[in-house]
Amino acid sequence: MDAAPGTDMAIRLRGVRNQFGAQVVHDGLDLDVRRGEVLGVVGGSGSGKSVLLRTIIGLQIPAAGEIELLGERIEAGRGEMATRKLQGRFGMMFQDGALFSSLTVAQNIMAPMREKGGIPKALMHELALLKINLVGLPPNAADKFPSQLSGGMRKRASLARALALDPQVVFLDEPTAGLDPIGASNFDLLIRDLQRSLNLTVVMVTHDLDSLVAICDRIAVLIDKKITVGTMSELVANPHPWIQEYFHGPRARAAFDTPGLGDRHAEGGAS
Amino acid sequence: MAAADTSLSITETGGELRVGIAGPLTVEAVGRLDRQFRDALSATPRQVVIDAAGITALDSAGAWVLRRTSDAFSGRGIDVRLDGLQARYAALVEKAFVPEPEAPDGENGPNPLIAMTARAGEAMFDMVQVGRDLFGFFGLTIVSLLGLLTGRTRLRFVALVSQLEYVGLNAVGIVSLLCFLVGVVLAYMGSLQLERFGAAILTVNLVGVSVLREIGVLLTAIIVAGRSGSAFTAQIGTMKVNQEVDALETLGLSPVDVLVIPRLIALFIALPVLVFIGNIAGLAGGAMISVLTLDLTIQQFLTQLKSAVDLWDFWTGMMKAPVFAYVIAVVGCHQGLQVSGSAESVGFRTTKSVVESIFIVIVLDALFAVFFAEVGI
Repeated sequence: MDAAPGTDMAIRLRGVRNQFGAQVVHDGLDLDVRRGEVLGVVGGSGSGKSVLLRTIIGLQIPAAGEIELLGERIEAGRGEMATRKLQGRFGMMFQDGALFSSLTVAQNIMAPMREKGGIPKALMHELALLKINLVGLPPNAADKFPSQLSGGMRKRASLARALALDPQVVFLDEPTAGLDPIGASNFDLLIRDLQRSLNLTVVMVTHDLDSLVAICDRIAVLIDKKITVGTMSELVANPHPWIQEYFHGPRARAAFDTPGLGDRHAEGGAS
Repeated sequence: MAAADTSLSITETGGELRVGIAGPLTVEAVGRLDRQFRDALSATPRQVVIDAAGITALDSAGAWVLRRTSDAFSGRGIDVRLDGLQARYAALVEKAFVPEPEAPDGENGPNPLIAMTARAGEAMFDMVQVGRDLFGFFGLTIVSLLGLLTGRTRLRFVALVSQLEYVGLNAVGIVSLLCFLVGVVLAYMGSLQLERFGAAILTVNLVGVSVLREIGVLLTAIIVAGRSGSAFTAQIGTMKVNQEVDALETLGLSPVDVLVIPRLIALFIALPVLVFIGNIAGLAGGAMISVLTLDLTIQQFLTQLKSAVDLWDFWTGMMKAPVFAYVIAVVGCHQGLQVSGSAESVGFRTTKSVVESIFIVIVLDALFAVFFAEVGI
């Protein structure tokens, strides 16, 4: 946690304050995300998890504080320019997909590649099909429009687009919400696989305790407008009442008791 | 990402093709080296060795190219060996494949000429279908209105008043301005032509009859179709996309009662009033030009107008207003409820609603003209 500027932190937030009118969402929020880790972000409804993601990628300009993403400062008022420099180095999967509705799934995935340039068209198409297969969509989904897909399929298509340029940092907003348990578990494995082989940094907002146990190296809890970060075992020992309730509720116990997921967690923590 | 320092060497010695890769094999490098990878496939060696020991970083694009190259050779019965790939990349290469797409049925497709004819035919059938649906929806609104009369459903008064403000009061400015300008143009062009016969005074007759019988109501209806009909489609369509319409139905409320009827009644009341205001504005435009270019006084204009038009000219125009109002509201709401799935569909339906309602308004206007001529008013 003792990160000086320019070290191997993928994301660095200092004293970030976000407010909408009189309502303060974040105040004096600090966060460091190490390169190559999977960070889960949890918090109650309305605690500003999505706002936090939007702030990091420059869609939401904070009222105060500093943000550094991959060594580039996301400046207040110049957020758009700052993120443009980072084009292709991070990907974002939005909660409801946010696929371009006038493009097919394959065209959606090719859109970032086309913007980047330097990739032959035939290869672009192959890579789009590859990503479609990687995220577990059937091949015939390539030529479908987002409105023809189910909610879960749209999520996968959105992840495929986020991964189109194999970015270094991927932000996932509730990636497994709305997926069936088998699909969600495969999704977790997929993220873990990609994360390991690409040394991806993953920041994911999630309410899915199985995901947290299975793939997250550390967990950031948003409470009282600030963040508490720790590994699962550290947080389980944290005395804060909300954290206690979160990690000791009946759903949490069910997630910890699943042997397969627990094993994977141990393995993930060791790597 | 230093993609420039990725190197690819392809050498063939004694039937063995050696593909050596050094550096990061990521999407930038793959984009640059794709051509070379493809060219390598043209060789026909006995054995292929892909030397992956030099790969320092691999992403899914890189894994795909490795997999594609190796699968292409092994598919031709050539032995392929992948050497020195770091263990942590193995899972990714394993996953990097594109399943064979199912064979597309009917490879060549039908003759383009036949396809075009078929599309034109389909469009005709679609038109008939739209007409039928619209007629059905028209009936639905009648049933719902009857329900209102018999007290089966109640009128949503707040919705009606807010719609009245939007489609009526807020449209007064634009309707009167445009009608005024058209009155000005009509009087000006008419006076230029009629002056040649020394019948400049008949400009008043021209403006009076055409504004009251046709221009006032037609122009107002077209403005309202573009302004309010499209808004109906967009409002209801957006609710449809957000599943608000479905939510209404699960609450046991009929979308026609809740969404369509207040809009329909509001337009039914507002359009005749707007037409009246439009008529006055059009006549005022004609009067202004008459006073300015024909040297008539307002008094003379009014006297001439009174002798030129009778009450039926006024009523034939006004009678059409409620009919047009009904058509615009029904088409706008019907298209709104036809929205499905995406936000794109809202835009498509909104365009369609405006085109359709203006089309029907003009067709009905022509029918009215024939009817009035036959009846002799």
